Amino acid sequence: MSPLIEQPATKSLLAETALTEQLSTAPSATTDGANATTDHIAPDIKKVTRRSLLQALGLSGAGLVLFSPLHAMAQSPASHNQIAQSSSADQDFDLGVFVSIAKNDEVRIVNHRAEMGQGIMTSVPQIIADELGASWPKVTVVQAQGDPKYGSQATGGSASIRQHFNDHRQMGAIARTMLEQAAASVWQVSVSDVSTKNHQVIHRKTQKALSFGELAELAAQLPVPDKGAVALKDPKDFTLIGRDVKLAGQEAIIKGEAVYAQDIQLPNMLIASIERPPVVGAKVKSFNADATKKVKGVIAVIPLKDRPLPVNVKPVSGVAVLATNTWAAHEGRKQLTVEWDTSNARVNQNAQHHTEQYLKELVEKVNHKGRRVRTEGNTDSHVYNEANTVEATYTIPYHHHMSMETPSATAVVKDNVCTVWTGTQNPQWAKKLIAEELGIDPQAVTVNMTLMGGAFGRKGKNDFTVEAVELAKAVGRPVKVVWTREDDVKHGFYHSISANYCKAEINKDRADHWVQRVAYPPIGAIFDLNAKSPSNSALSLGFADIPFELEHLSCETQDVETHVRVGWFRAVANINNAFALGSFVDELAVKAKVPTHTMWLNLLGKDRIINPAKEGFKEWDNYGHKKQEYALDSRRMKKIIQLLMKQSKADSPTAKNEGWGMSYAHSFNSYVAAATKVRVVDDKLTVLEMHTAIDCGVAVTPDRVKSQMEGAMIMGLSTALMSEITVKDGVVEQSNFHDYPSARINQCPSLFVHILDSDAAPGGVGEPGFPPILPSITNAIFHASGKRIRNLPVNKVLSV
Amino acid sequence: MLKLTLNGQKVALDVDPNMPLLYALRDIQQLTGTKFGCGAGLCGACTVHLDGESIRSCITPISVVEGKAVTTIEGLGVASDELHPVQQAWLENSVPQCGYCQAGQMMSAAALLAKNTNPSDEEINNHMQGNICRCGTYPRIKKAIKQAGVMIQDVNQAKPATGKKGVQA
Repeated sequence: MSPLIEQPATKSLLAETALTEQLSTAPSATTDGANATTDHIAPDIKKVTRRSLLQALGLSGAGLVLFSPLHAMAQSPASHNQIAQSSSADQDFDLGVFVSIAKNDEVRIVNHRAEMGQGIMTSVPQIIADELGASWPKVTVVQAQGDPKYGSQATGGSASIRQHFNDHRQMGAIARTMLEQAAASVWQVSVSDVSTKNHQVIHRKTQKALSFGELAELAAQLPVPDKGAVALKDPKDFTLIGRDVKLAGQEAIIKGEAVYAQDIQLPNMLIASIERPPVVGAKVKSFNADATKKVKGVIAVIPLKDRPLPVNVKPVSGVAVLATNTWAAHEGRKQLTVEWDTSNARVNQNAQHHTEQYLKELVEKVNHKGRRVRTEGNTDSHVYNEANTVEATYTIPYHHHMSMETPSATAVVKDNVCTVWTGTQNPQWAKKLIAEELGIDPQAVTVNMTLMGGAFGRKGKNDFTVEAVELAKAVGRPVKVVWTREDDVKHGFYHSISANYCKAEINKDRADHWVQRVAYPPIGAIFDLNAKSPSNSALSLGFADIPFELEHLSCETQDVETHVRVGWFRAVANINNAFALGSFVDELAVKAKVPTHTMWLNLLGKDRIINPAKEGFKEWDNYGHKKQEYALDSRRMKKIIQLLMKQSKADSPTAKNEGWGMSYAHSFNSYVAAATKVRVVDDKLTVLEMHTAIDCGVAVTPDRVKSQMEGAMIMGLSTALMSEITVKDGVVEQSNFHDYPSARINQCPSLFVHILDSDAAPGGVGEPGFPPILPSITNAIFHASGKRIRNLPVNKVLSV
Repeated sequence: MLKLTLNGQKVALDVDPNMPLLYALRDIQQLTGTKFGCGAGLCGACTVHLDGESIRSCITPISVVEGKAVTTIEGLGVASDELHPVQQAWLENSVPQCGYCQAGQMMSAAALLAKNTNPSDEEINNHMQGNICRCGTYPRIKKAIKQAGVMIQDVNQAKPATGKKGVQA
C-alpha cells in the first residue's frame, strides 16, 4: 500500500486540531459567524474563513478553518504552506464524531488517543478506516483535542485497542452506514442492496457506484445512527486491520517537523524553569531572587502555591523563574536560593526516607506472614521437606520513566478561559484539573494534545500541565514550563521499590504448597495518605492472579508507608511480580532438574479457563475485562511458551560461559514469553540475543506490535541491568543519564519478535512485552554462570 | 551580532555568547527539530553538525560556532524537499517510535556515513553510542544506517565523473 497520509504532527498541528474540533461539532456551520462550539474554545482562536486566511497569507483556497493567530504568527512560512495543504480540500462533512469527508474524496479520521511512540495515531484511524471501507491513501489522520465526546482518552493500561476495539469499529461503521443510506436514497433502492468497498458505495445489482466524496454532503444531512444499531464487518473481510499500512507521523518526525510539547512557541510567551522541593511535601520557607533578576532575559520570579499532602497528581510547589528564553530561565534559576520548610510531621518522615534501610524493611516484611488476599487449600499446616523446598526473596529498586522528552506544557489563561498544549496521556484529566485549578467550567478549557517524546506512564500525571496554568494565570502571559533532566529524574512518579517472597515444595516435576508475598509503596498513597498496601486491581497484576494449578496456595501482602511520589510505569506491578515469579519458576526448575519451560508447562497444568475469582481471589480484576473473550486461558499460555521455544531454540546447548534464560507473563490480556542468551566471563556480562513471542489476539498494526516488543526488550535491559533510583534523607540521589543510565546501541543484542497469528480479541501491546524480559535475563545469567541474581540491578554484581 | 551559516543561510544572532547553540536554534531561530534531552552532552538528542562534524548543541556555546557552518535536521536533506539517504532509510525501516531522539540519531548517522559508507557493526556502535533511544529503536537504526550507506555509495558511483559533489552529510 502506498497511502498519502497527511501528517497530523506537523507545524500545522494546532490549526488542524482546531479544524477538526469545529468540523466535528458543527456540521452545519457556515463559513462565517461564530457558533457555540467555537466561542468557548479560547479567546485567541478565532474562526475565519479559509479564504480570508489564505488571502492574508497570499495563498488561495476555499473553505473553513479555525485558526489560532497566536500560534500561526510564530510559525515559519513553510508551516503556512502546510496549513494551506491541509485545508486544500473542499468543505468537509461530518459523519459522526470521528469521520469527516470532503467532496474531493479526502477522508479525515480523528485519532483521539495520545501518541507517545506506540503508533496509536495509525492504529485507531486504521480500524475506523477499515470499517468505513476507506482507501488508506485517501485518509488524513487528525489529532483530537481532549474532549469527553470522544469517550475515554486516558491512554494507559495498554487499553486503546484492547478495551475499545469495537468502539472504534462502530465509529467507522456509523459513517459507512450514513454513506450507504445516502447512496440508497439517491438510487431509490433498499440500503440492504448496497455495499461499500474501496472508498465507494456500490449498488450490487446494477454495479452503479458513488464515491465517498460524491455522497458526503448528502450523508452528512442524515441523522447519526446509534452505535449499537450499525452492523460490523465480518473480520474475514478486513482490508486494513492486521496489515502494515503506511504509518502516520513518520515523515514529519524524520524531517524534524513533528511537534512535541517542548516545541510549542507562542508570541509573548515566557519559559518557566521551576525549583521544586527536594523532599516530597516540603514548602517554600523563603527565597532570594536578587541575583536571578539580574540575569538578562529573566522577567519574573514567582513562588508556586503551597499544595497540601497527599500530593495527588498536582504540582509540588516551588519557585518559578520566567524568562524570554529557555537558557535565561535555567541560568536565572541557578542564581536562586530557596529555603525549604519540612516541619510538617509527615514531610519530616519523608525527609528521613532512605532506600537502603527501606528495602531491608520490605524484605523483612515479606519474610513474615501478611494479610491474605488469596487462599487455596492450606499452606499453614504443611510441613515442608527442606530438601525439596525452594524459598527466595526478590527485590527491585525504584525506577524512573526517563522518557527522552522531559515534561513540558504551555498555557494561556485569559478572562477565565484557558488553552493548553501539553504532552499528556490523559487530556480529559488535565481538563478537569485545570478547571478545578482556575475555578472555571471545564468547557472553558481547551486541551491540545501534542506528540509525546516518550511517556511510559509518567505523562498520565498532569502536574506539569497545571504548573503551566498556574504560572500563566499569575503572569498574564503565555507560559511554557520546561523540565530539565535533573527536574525529571528528581521529581518523578517512580515505579515502586518492592520485595517479593516465594516459597514452594517440589513434587516430582512440578511444585505445590505455594506461598508468595509482596510489599511495596502503593500508588494509592499519592491520593490517600492512609493507603498502605496494593489495591485489588494492583494485586491482579501478575500476583494474586497466579495461573498455576495448585492445591495449596497463599498470596499475602503487607502494609508499608509511602515517602515519595509513586506512579504507573509501563506494566506497573507486573514488573516486580513477573521478575519474582519468572525467577522462582527457574529456581524450581533447577531444583527439579527439568528445563525451565517444562516447569512452566507443568505448573500451568491442564487445558482450562482460569478464573482466580472462583479460586480464592474473588476481587480479581482482569484488567477491567469481564468478557469471556478475555478469559485467562492456559492453552494460550502454553502455546506461546511453545512458540517461543520453537523459534528461539532456547533449549539448545550453548558454548561454555553462555546460557539461555526464559520466562513468561500474562498482562493486559496478552500472553508473552521471552528468552535471552548471555555470556558471562570474568564477571562481565554480554547479552547476545533476545526473543519475544506474543499472543495479543488480533495484531491491528503488526509492525507496531513488533516495535513495541523491540522497545520492551531494550527497556527490560536497562531496567534489569543498570538503572535504579535511590533516596537518601528523602532526596533522590540520581539526576541525569550518567547516574540513571539507559541501554545504549552498543549494549543492544540481536532482537527477534514472534507474533502469534490469531483472530482472538485484541489484547494490550504497549506494556505486556516488558515484564517477562527481566527474569529471562537473570535466568540466563544463572545458566551461564551459576550466579543467581535476586536483587536488581544486575550491575551490582556483574559488569554490564 | 554573532554570525554563522545555518543550513546554508547566513544568519546574525543577537544573543548572549554563552547561550548554548541548542537554545539559539530552538528559541531564537524557531528550529525546533533539534531536541533537548539532558543538557549535559549525555544523550545526543541535540546533535547537529558543525562544519560536517556531529556535536552536542546543548553544551556548545553559540560563541564557539561563530563564523562556522551549522546544519540541523531541517537542513539535512541534500536539496530542498529532498530527503537525505539517512532520512529515506529511516522512513523505509519505520525506525521512529516516539521520534523525539531521531533527529539526533540521524544527524549522528549522517556524520558517520559522510566518512564511511560501509560501517561495520562495531563502527556503528562506537559512533552511535552517544545517542540514547529510550523507545528501543537501536536494531532498526543499525539496519537503516547500513541501508543508507549503500544508497550513498550508489549515488556517489553514479556521479563520479561529473565533478558534482556526492551526497554529503
